[in-house]
Order: sequence, then structure tokens, then C-alpha cells
Amino acid sequence: MNRFDYIRPGSVAEAVAAASEPGAAYLAGGTNLLDLMKIGVAAPDKVIDITRLPGLDRIDWLEDASVRIGAMVRNAELARNTAFSAAFPAISEALLSGASPQLRNAATVGGNLMQETRCAYFQDPLSRCNRRAPGSGCDALEGHNRSHAVLGWTPSCIATHPSDFCVPLAALGAIVEIEGPDGSREIDLAALHELPGSESAGGIALKHGEMITALRLPAEATSFAGHSRYLKLRERTSFAFALVSAAAMLSMEQGTITEARIALGAVAARPWHATDAETFLKGKKAEAEVFAEAAGIALKEASPSGDNAFKITLATRVLTRALTLAAKGTPDRVPALPASVFMSSEGATANA
Amino acid sequence: MTLSISLSVNGESLNVPLEDTRTTLLDLLREHIGLTGTKKGCDRGQCGACTVLLDGKRINACLTLAASVDGTDVTTIEGLAQGDTLHPVQAAFIEHDGFQCGYCTTGQIMSAVGLLSEGDAGADPERIREGMSGNICRCAAYPGITAAVLDAERRQSESEGTSV
Repeated sequence: MNRFDYIRPGSVAEAVAAASEPGAAYLAGGTNLLDLMKIGVAAPDKVIDITRLPGLDRIDWLEDASVRIGAMVRNAELARNTAFSAAFPAISEALLSGASPQLRNAATVGGNLMQETRCAYFQDPLSRCNRRAPGSGCDALEGHNRSHAVLGWTPSCIATHPSDFCVPLAALGAIVEIEGPDGSREIDLAALHELPGSESAGGIALKHGEMITALRLPAEATSFAGHSRYLKLRERTSFAFALVSAAAMLSMEQGTITEARIALGAVAARPWHATDAETFLKGKKAEAEVFAEAAGIALKEASPSGDNAFKITLATRVLTRALTLAAKGTPDRVPALPASVFMSSEGATANA
Repeated sequence: MTLSISLSVNGESLNVPLEDTRTTLLDLLREHIGLTGTKKGCDRGQCGACTVLLDGKRINACLTLAASVDGTDVTTIEGLAQGDTLHPVQAAFIEHDGFQCGYCTTGQIMSAVGLLSEGDAGADPERIREGMSGNICRCAAYPGITAAVLDAERRQSESEGTSV
């Protein structure tokens, strides 16, 4: 790890001023940044610790019934917040399916949005990677790429966004509040993670010195609470990143879908909001064939970026199952194994 | 850059000069304060051997900068027993043979203490296994670990007069 200065500012304005200097980086929970510093992928000269900035650790319900989550709220705290979990059960399930309890106690809402891809070539400073070193090439294209993107990729970058939390957020139209050297602004979560282009590798759409201060969920996002699930297929049942995941949220009247919110995880460089599938489901009966067709629509643009054509079939099946589970209704409590495909009936054990 | 930090470790107030900002909480405990019960395994947040309680919550000490714990309250494995009386989780690990080589054990015990105070798992073995998934045991003593945490949970519930 390189040497760096440690700075703990007292206000957002001080933080932005310090972080706007060249070579500075924000530090929140540290679960991603410190790891990247240890493996030589990140090497900031100045580390700006924003975890104690006043007012960023609150969950506020606003007058218009939307909710504002401060960027420094910890993942575990948000998942366990009773009012939040009741309104957004799929978000709680997604949070609890990510990382480990120790990491969830440290990791923050803002940091989760800012986390880097887990592509092995991004994480290896000796490999070519357009995202880490623009213009250097991409060793994933001819490398171990079975977990890489099947949507929205270009030969510039085939990495995926690893977050679970961001998947239901993208489906529900979350808004990101930002402070920076040029003042405040807000953007849709969908615009935060840029897809790769013909030349660019994509990445986080923040300017140097900008920081996320909060996340907002619109009031209408609470109308899916009765039929919300997050389902995550991974190569071990716990403490693993998704191979593919799906957030499925429905609003239903007498077996007919009135509105749907759908997103896929670990299939692209951003959480993949499947708007065509949502439109298709509106007004349809909640039944197996309809869900399979919707999942097919969500994946219709998909193509393998390497040794990963199987992910397209897996994602189709995981989304079909997530929609089926959502239609059955949100469980009273987040299952013992959150988001696990082994927990589709309550009381079943994965260890029998 | 030299800093000085103040923190409480196992109830004792300490002032520690910090010559290198790269120092993690794990290295601070082991190399500066001399508490070697907290173990370094992967040093990347993947194994859980370095688990401690920071202001009562379990975290990975290897992914926490020492500079950032200024003013906090840290509990390590050395702070659990009251004199010669073991903490109920420590006693349960011995009774249920919740280890083999012992390297991960201090992290397992600190994680279990954190899990029980979170109160989410109750007496459900599946929730306990999931709640302990941040701690890897290379000897695979998992059945004993789960039995120990279940037993500690039962004793804690009984002593609090509640049943989950």
C-alpha cells in the first residue's frame, strides 16, 4: 500500500474541498477502497474519511412519503430498519444477501453505489484493463470470463457491477444526491453507472471531488411491498457475489398485474433495469407462462461476452422464479438464507 | 504523516501515536497495543479471523484504518472473560468442541458475540449458520461452532428470561 495523508473533515463543504485536490479519495466503510489499496489498484495520496460527517447517517421519511437515506447509513442498519424493511422488503433482502455480517456492519449506502467491479483483471495491476488503465486493452476478453457481462458490454469492457443493493434500487427508480466542487446535483441511479462504449470502458459518472450524500426512493416505490423478492444465484449459498440475480416487484389486483418493477444483477456494468419486461407485464395475469415470457423479453438483447452463454439461460430462469415468488407474496420475514434459490419454500433447509 | 489517536480497548483508555497512516485496526491491536488474540488470516475481509467489536458491532479489523477508530470503543477476545470466568460464548465453544487448530476461533467467538447481540438469528440453526458465514474455518469445525452458538443463545435467552 502507498503512503497517504489521512484527513477527517468536519463538514461536507470541507470534505469536497479536500477531495477535489488531485490524488484524493473519499473513504467511507473502507470495505472496498482499503482492499483495492492493499492489492495496488487504488493508490490515493490523501484519504478523506467522510464517515463522521454530520447528518449523513439518517433515514428520513419526507412529507411526500418518499424516503431519503443518508450516504453513511450502514448496510446492516438499513436492512434492519423496521419501517424501511416493511416498505422495501426486496431491498432489505438484497442487502442481507450481500457480503458477510461484518462487512455489512461497516459498508455504507454511498460506498455500495461507488464500489468497483470484481473482474479479476481489474483487480490485477499486471493485467491489461481499460477500466483501470484506459487504452491498455482488456485481458478478460480472452481470459477467465464465465462470470462476465451478457448485456450492455463492448470489447472495451465486459465487467459486471457486483452490487446486490443496487438491483432493486434501479428497478424502483432511486435518485442519487451529489455534492461536488460545482455545487449540488441529483441524478437517476440508472445514470450513475455508465456502460462501456466503443472506446470508453464506462464506470462511475461522478467528477473528481464529487461525493454521494444521499439516496432517495420515490413514494410510489412503496406500492410493491406486498409482492417483492430478490433472488440471487451464486456459487456458494452465502458470502459470495451473484452469478446472476433478479429483483422482482409487482403490484397486483385479483391476480392481475397492475405495475411491475424488474432489474437484473451481475449481467452488465450497471444494475439492469428491464423496462420492456415491466411494460409487457402490465395488465397480464400473474401466471408461469407470462413470467417466462417477461423474462425472455428482459434478456432478448443478451449475448455472451466470452465463456458465459449459460448466464443468459440462468438469468432467464432466475427472473422467472423471482417473479413467481413475488406473485406469491412477500414473506413475513426475510428468509434465513436471504435471496437464496434454496429457500423458495419456508422451512426447507439447505443443509438436509 | 503522524497522528495520535485515543480509543478504549476492552474498557481501558489508550492514547496511541500513529506514525504510519496505513496501519489497520488489526495491526494497531497486535503490533502497537500487544493484544495478539485478534488474528490475521487473509487481511482482505474474506476470512473473519480479525473480527472485533467496534462500538459493539462486529467488523473486520483488517479493513478498518486505525486512524478512523479515534474515539471509539473496541472489544477484542481479551476483553470477554471476567477474571477467570469465561464469557458464555467462550465456554460454549469449549463444551461443544467448536474448533480444531484454533486459529479462526477468536474471530468466530467475537462474531458469535456480535451475532447474539444483533438478535436476528434466535434459535434457528439455519439463521445462525448464515449469520456466521463471515467466518471461515479451514478445519471445518462448523457443526461444533453452530452447536456452541445455539447453546450460548439458549443460555443468554434463559438468563434474560426470554425465549426466541
